[in-house]
Amino acid sequence: MRKKSTARRLRTLALHGFLTPLALVWLFPIWMMVVFSTLPDNGIFSPSIRVIPSTQFFANFANLQHDTNFVRALYVSITVALIFTALSVILTSMAGWALVRYQFAGKTVVVAIILGTLTLPYFAVVIPQFIMVARDFKLANTWIALIVPPLFNSLGVLFMRQSFSMMPPELFDAARVEGVKEWRIFAFVAMPLARPTIAALAIILFLASWNNYLWPLLISSKREMFTAPVALGSLIGLTKVSWGGIMAGAVLLTLPMLVFFVVLQRHFIAGISAGAVK
Amino acid sequence: MRRRTGTAYRFLAPYLLVFTAFWVWPIINSFVLSFQNTRSAPWKFAPAFNWSRLVGDPAFYNALWNTLLILVIQVPIMIALATVMATLLNSPLLKAKGLFRFAFFAPVVVGEVAYSAVFRLMFNLDFGIINKLLGTFGVEAVSWFSNRTAAMALIIMAITWRWAGYNAIIILAGLQSIPEDVYEAATLDRVSKLRQFFFITVPLLRPVIVFCVVLSVIGTMQLFTEPFLITNRGGPGGGTETLGLFLYRQGFTSLNFGYASAVAYTMAGVAVVISLFNMWLGRDPR
Repeated sequence: MRKKSTARRLRTLALHGFLTPLALVWLFPIWMMVVFSTLPDNGIFSPSIRVIPSTQFFANFANLQHDTNFVRALYVSITVALIFTALSVILTSMAGWALVRYQFAGKTVVVAIILGTLTLPYFAVVIPQFIMVARDFKLANTWIALIVPPLFNSLGVLFMRQSFSMMPPELFDAARVEGVKEWRIFAFVAMPLARPTIAALAIILFLASWNNYLWPLLISSKREMFTAPVALGSLIGLTKVSWGGIMAGAVLLTLPMLVFFVVLQRHFIAGISAGAVK
Repeated sequence: MRRRTGTAYRFLAPYLLVFTAFWVWPIINSFVLSFQNTRSAPWKFAPAFNWSRLVGDPAFYNALWNTLLILVIQVPIMIALATVMATLLNSPLLKAKGLFRFAFFAPVVVGEVAYSAVFRLMFNLDFGIINKLLGTFGVEAVSWFSNRTAAMALIIMAITWRWAGYNAIIILAGLQSIPEDVYEAATLDRVSKLRQFFFITVPLLRPVIVFCVVLSVIGTMQLFTEPFLITNRGGPGGGTETLGLFLYRQGFTSLNFGYASAVAYTMAGVAVVISLFNMWLGRDPR
């Protein structure tokens, strides 16, 4: 018995001895992001090693606001992410519901196209998307261009289809027998039951929109329609720019998501692992 | 289930409309564009125009080579690391699980632009903390942005940092679906933990790992932001130019949509072939 517990203790020690340094390495870039955002530029570019936060965050933010209108960019990002998330949840829930609840002509084709095209990279569609939105419809630098095209995302269809298929159909049939209309059954019976899935889905969609870079980079050329990642990216590589400011922007992009992540960890993890395990 | 085509399509219509307009139609249109000469208006059908150029373009081969090199080195390292992370996070011996989870999973929520900026500063030649730390061990400063090999290594490290935890989340969920009694039986039969890992965990995780590999292949094939922002538009001298970056340059800097579409289709084709190959490798042997 004694021998066994010694072996166990050794194993516990080895486990922590390996994982602790790895965890520190993994946290290091995020820590440095915070440190850089609080150092003046001559502190970032100084020959000494600095890993302790300083006090210049607000000065850095002022520099960032001077380099690019970051407050406006944050406003654009938040608005786009909120509207995109709400619309995507509604559209994909309705589609997922139709796929679970009804038998209809063309169903296999619809499912095959949605699932099949998931394996194609986004780059296969981005050029015609751009030509259509920017050139044919002249919608560059508009809210519609930022919000609507990314709604093709089929993640929600898969999530909601899975969620609705776990609910007992008798529940909906009973409501139907009582004369409740189909859209009311969907909106007032099925959707409330799917709340946990909707929460996980909404979080993943919000994060995707918040961090989306390529599409807003292509479609927004005017500063007042820059999203926060595009505004920040436009400064990287410039010669006369406040790097402390860029880092303050990076912290403002990242910190809210980290807080969300800590508070809503269960939903994040459910959202990410949903596709894999069934 | 009820057969009601009309009602079904009323529920499907809004999503299908967006999906068709912004996904199905562009995929077809991209294919058509790759056979058009878009260098001068009006765009005309010219079947070999872009494809023959692609076949003889050294810049394309450079981008393809870089992309495949990153893929072949980075994906196995990351998946192995993610598997180790997930297995250790799942250990009942681990204390302060929440903290470790946070450390490995946090990069998942960090945006590409934000972390690209941090990596640029950390790997700065004269003032970056990485070179300073290397210096304290007597290692000479590495010029991460002007040496091709170092720049490639930097990109690989950056994506591994960003995505290992993401894959670990998926693998951890897979681990937790393996019934406990399999391990209990093995422990009773005095099978060592290490052997349990290689002969029970890895085979049972096979479908989940294949899923992660396929996701990572698609992701790496379209790698764009990191070489765009960290190594400054694929520098040094195209040393980290990926297919995504090459496509961006052709399509959105030179506005040559036909040629960029040919690149897009090549990218999609390679991604599909590699994914199918992985699924074939990971197929159930029974």
